[in-house]
Amino acid sequence: MSSTASKNVKERTDQDLAIRVQNMSKEFVLRHTRSMKEAFVWLVKGRKGDLTAKFKALNDVSFDIYDGETVALLGFNGSGKSTSLKMISGVMNPDSGTVLTREKVAGLIEVGAGFHPDLTGRDNVYLNGAILGMTKAEIDEKFDDIVAFSEIAEFIDTEVKFYSSGMYLRLAFSVAVHTDPEVFLVDEILSVGDEPFQKKCIGRIKDLVRRGKTLVVVSHDLGLVMDICERGIVMDHGNKVYDGSVFGAVAHMRHQDPEEVEREHRENLARAIEDKKRHREREKAEALERGEEFKPQYDPDLDGPLSEEDATSA
Amino acid sequence: MNAPVSHLRPPGQDRGLRDVLANRFLLKLIVDKEIQIRYRGTVLGLLWSYLKPGVQFLVFYIAMGVFLELNRGIENFAVYLFSGIVVMNLFGEVFGNASRSVVANGGLLKKIYLPRQLFPVSNLLVAFVHFVPQLAILLIACFITGWRPDLKQLLAVIVGTLIVAVFSLGLGMLFATFNVFFRDAENIVDLIVMVATWASPVLYMWIMVRDKLWEWVYFVYMLNPLTVAVELFHYGFWFPTTDMPQIWHVPPHLLTWWTPLTIVVSALIFFIGDRLFRAQEGNFAQEL
Repeated sequence: MSSTASKNVKERTDQDLAIRVQNMSKEFVLRHTRSMKEAFVWLVKGRKGDLTAKFKALNDVSFDIYDGETVALLGFNGSGKSTSLKMISGVMNPDSGTVLTREKVAGLIEVGAGFHPDLTGRDNVYLNGAILGMTKAEIDEKFDDIVAFSEIAEFIDTEVKFYSSGMYLRLAFSVAVHTDPEVFLVDEILSVGDEPFQKKCIGRIKDLVRRGKTLVVVSHDLGLVMDICERGIVMDHGNKVYDGSVFGAVAHMRHQDPEEVEREHRENLARAIEDKKRHREREKAEALERGEEFKPQYDPDLDGPLSEEDATSA
Repeated sequence: MNAPVSHLRPPGQDRGLRDVLANRFLLKLIVDKEIQIRYRGTVLGLLWSYLKPGVQFLVFYIAMGVFLELNRGIENFAVYLFSGIVVMNLFGEVFGNASRSVVANGGLLKKIYLPRQLFPVSNLLVAFVHFVPQLAILLIACFITGWRPDLKQLLAVIVGTLIVAVFSLGLGMLFATFNVFFRDAENIVDLIVMVATWASPVLYMWIMVRDKLWEWVYFVYMLNPLTVAVELFHYGFWFPTTDMPQIWHVPPHLLTWWTPLTIVVSALIFFIGDRLFRAQEGNFAQEL
């Protein structure tokens, strides 16, 4: 986090903007009726009663996100954070206000969007990659890395319907983290697969952060969010109620003191790193005993950012 | 704060069909997928694309040609019948699938931004892939009956195909949009496809409409792009197999008057469909 603190000091200009949201509002129509018959009856009866009810999902929300920032959108269910993400990705348009983003905004919104059970893993990698905005050349180039990352190479030419749900998620996630948009959107998908794979995924995302990717995360896992993000925006019933450091945001959610949250988190982090170091030492000792050369598994918390070439194969 | 930022743009504002062309790779993958999964798990596979129109042809031929004795009135009735059926199948396939495409891909459209017109357009291309086998059968039948077309007749077939493509894609986009808001649209589409076969001279001759009904009905009838497309196919495939003397084989002024007119009608439908689709596509995600 020390590197990001120095970034904050630097004067930011509009040229460094990645996302600009101004006075964004969105109302959803809760349609009571779904058929033409009912709509017709309503018309004939002289439009009595409300055919539709409205629900304000976003109310005059504004924020700027700059290049290289990692922002968490926090809030309870129904607070409007996923809707905000949909506005940023362009799936929905705001009723009023403006949303502006960089050219390539994509990412981990939905794992396995567009996966078709009757296609092979290989075909699905291409289809899903293209849906996430990759070109043919990009997918060709990264295909081996995607398969290696998913660890299911032997099943890549099997139809996806025969996959276990874990294998399915692994492949889907693998495609998603190999896309290379200017702004990465992540919606509540970090809880995929078994624990080792989950750690690998989180490691991959942390590495993207370290290499200066702009990240917008929606998650309920506050511990994880504090680990990845530096800034937090808290939403409540469609309103932005807090925008500041991620610790302040989490404190706002938990009704705690920000300093206490930060201290607690740093302690947890330090303990986790200690654990990892000890674990690695032990593995090293065991390896030496067996007379093998010890090659530690990559861990972004211990090893620092990977170079560009390493990153794709990790 | 309000100064425009040049490198940023509003997300999800696509350029319609131009973006579909820009995403040819994704379009190709979607088309490949549709073709692959159409006959998944079947033993006969793509052979079904030959079998289905084959059976359809047989049924109509026996019912209309043999029982109602139309094959005595029309020379080479089999070719006449089948060249109309292929047009209707192409129309039904594009129109039916394109109308359903947005709702069918709702899960995807709700999650990720894509140029949404990719879906109806992909259905047009898939329909062409299934159109080719039928065309092959038709050509075989034509050669057997001594088909010798001139250049104008071949051009008529191409123009007819284009009219059907533009008209059915336009209508497909129109109903795809309706379908998002009212699922009744799917049933209306089925109804239209069913009626379309009878609203064009596929199973009978256009002169029956002219002789048995009022004049304005004939005028409206000929404004239907499908009627003209069917007649263009008759002109291209069936007419060159006959001995040609009878003047009522194809409607008068088909090439000079009705064809240009229905090109305009099709373009208009396409324009309206495209406009409506693009005006409403921003609302698809929240309505699905």
